[in-house]
Amino acid sequence: MEILNYAFMQRALLAAVLVGITAPAVGIYLVQRRQALMGDGIGHVAMTGVGLGFLLTWSPVWMATLVSVLGAVLMELIRWYGKTRGDIALAMLFYGGMAGGVMFINLAPTGSNANLTSYLFGSLSTVSESDVTAICLLAAFVVLVTLGLRRQLFAVSQDEEFARVTGLPVRALNLLTAVTAAVTVTVAMRVVGLLLVSALMVVPVAAAQQLTRSFAATFAVAVAIGVTVTISGTVTSYYQDVPPGATIVLLTIGAFVLLTVLAVPLARRRARAATAAQPAADPAECKIPATRGATDEVGV
Amino acid sequence: MSDEPVISLRGVRAELGSRPVLRGIDLTVGRGEVVALLGANGSGKSTAVRTVIGQVPVTAGEVELFGTPRRRFRDWSRVGYVPQRTTAAGGVPATVTEVVSSGRLSRARFGVLRKADREAVRRALDLVGMADRAKDSVDALSGGQHQRVLIARALAPEPELLIMDEPMAGVDLASQEVLADTLREQVAAGTTVLLVLHELGPLEPLIDRAVVLRDGCVLHDGPPPKAVGQHALPGHDHVHPHAPAGAEPIRTGLLS
Repeated sequence: MEILNYAFMQRALLAAVLVGITAPAVGIYLVQRRQALMGDGIGHVAMTGVGLGFLLTWSPVWMATLVSVLGAVLMELIRWYGKTRGDIALAMLFYGGMAGGVMFINLAPTGSNANLTSYLFGSLSTVSESDVTAICLLAAFVVLVTLGLRRQLFAVSQDEEFARVTGLPVRALNLLTAVTAAVTVTVAMRVVGLLLVSALMVVPVAAAQQLTRSFAATFAVAVAIGVTVTISGTVTSYYQDVPPGATIVLLTIGAFVLLTVLAVPLARRRARAATAAQPAADPAECKIPATRGATDEVGV
Repeated sequence: MSDEPVISLRGVRAELGSRPVLRGIDLTVGRGEVVALLGANGSGKSTAVRTVIGQVPVTAGEVELFGTPRRRFRDWSRVGYVPQRTTAAGGVPATVTEVVSSGRLSRARFGVLRKADREAVRRALDLVGMADRAKDSVDALSGGQHQRVLIARALAPEPELLIMDEPMAGVDLASQEVLADTLREQVAAGTTVLLVLHELGPLEPLIDRAVVLRDGCVLHDGPPPKAVGQHALPGHDHVHPHAPAGAEPIRTGLLS
């Protein structure tokens, strides 16, 4: 494995593994609460953070974390209070974030659109030592929240109204989910890129759902898919000299298609078993499509 | 202390958007009582229940649970809640056990479920006759079975008070009987029950008192109306409990 002889590839692979774990771990709660596109919105807002990082000669990773956390909190607040034109407010936040990023990076003495491109689509060679430290710390936070509070986050994402009656701090947990998603965006930013990070939050979960019946199994399979595609995508990117973010995302979608095809006989067998066990079952009930339109996700 | 009402609403007003939905209602549920909240669609019966659990803010009046003002009430493990069935569908598969376990969180410290909690979850599934489906995905269940799962979730913390919003809506006859039996056992054990119902149906023999709402005001508070009288209630439109799921009100936002 000559690939491991290069320090930059060691860093890139470590970052890739952490992305593969954290993105689906947060994504599963976003998918569960039908906010699959939230990661995409945060990615746009994070661009302003990257631009500000260049302008103020701060670490772009930490600056992006700060700005995207603020953006995520703002989005959650809009979801609470902005019942009427919430989608318009979110759109302004997204595109304002993107425009701010382009503007700040062009004002910065050391920045150019070329720098920005590596943040938008990911890059292997640019993961620095300090980036790796930041990514490790942030990933540890994400894993702690998504695993440690899994029962609470599951309850709130499944049925917010019921969760309130179990005495859970629903608003605090919603905010925590938003903040954790924002942190994950910046973890994934260097390898996958801001514009593609959302795919790694959503597609492994959708792929895992083709096989699983429980939340716990979906979580485990989605993380397994995430780690597999980020490692194989990073390695492929190194040998074939193709951009890592695009490679990883295409591999993830490939995994989704593969599992969907594999799941057809499995679904048939389960359907037969269900009809045998429950002749009066209503087949039109409760089936939720794995892919959803954009309007479902950003709704208030 | 056991003399104080389990639920007490005094002069409660509430709005959805800027439309007044409750216009000063009084409602008291005593310990061990089974009270049905009746009324036509839009009469405010679901909203009344949702002010009790704090899902709908109150613009005037007082809401008390177990003698504590609702804002300061923290003892949620004493309350089991069954929302209208449309509210509980996530975008990720979940098993029956996983859904029912979330009902036990009010008793579990820091969200850690111990052996006793797992046993309580199993007992709750037994009560509604769904123990054999414990590992199945809730997506694979019929409407009636899904409702039984939501009731098991409410029973998991072994509550003193059960609040149910239209538990019989879209439920097949077999499940209706299981639900009526489950409720009978709970009532016999001393559980207080507040039910939102569209019609009394198979639960009629269990009900001590009926409160009928109309346009956000209490129209009747007393013994449950007899089967004949029930149909004579103003604004009563007859919908069979096994009507298709599409007949349920469509929820459009957080507070609707």
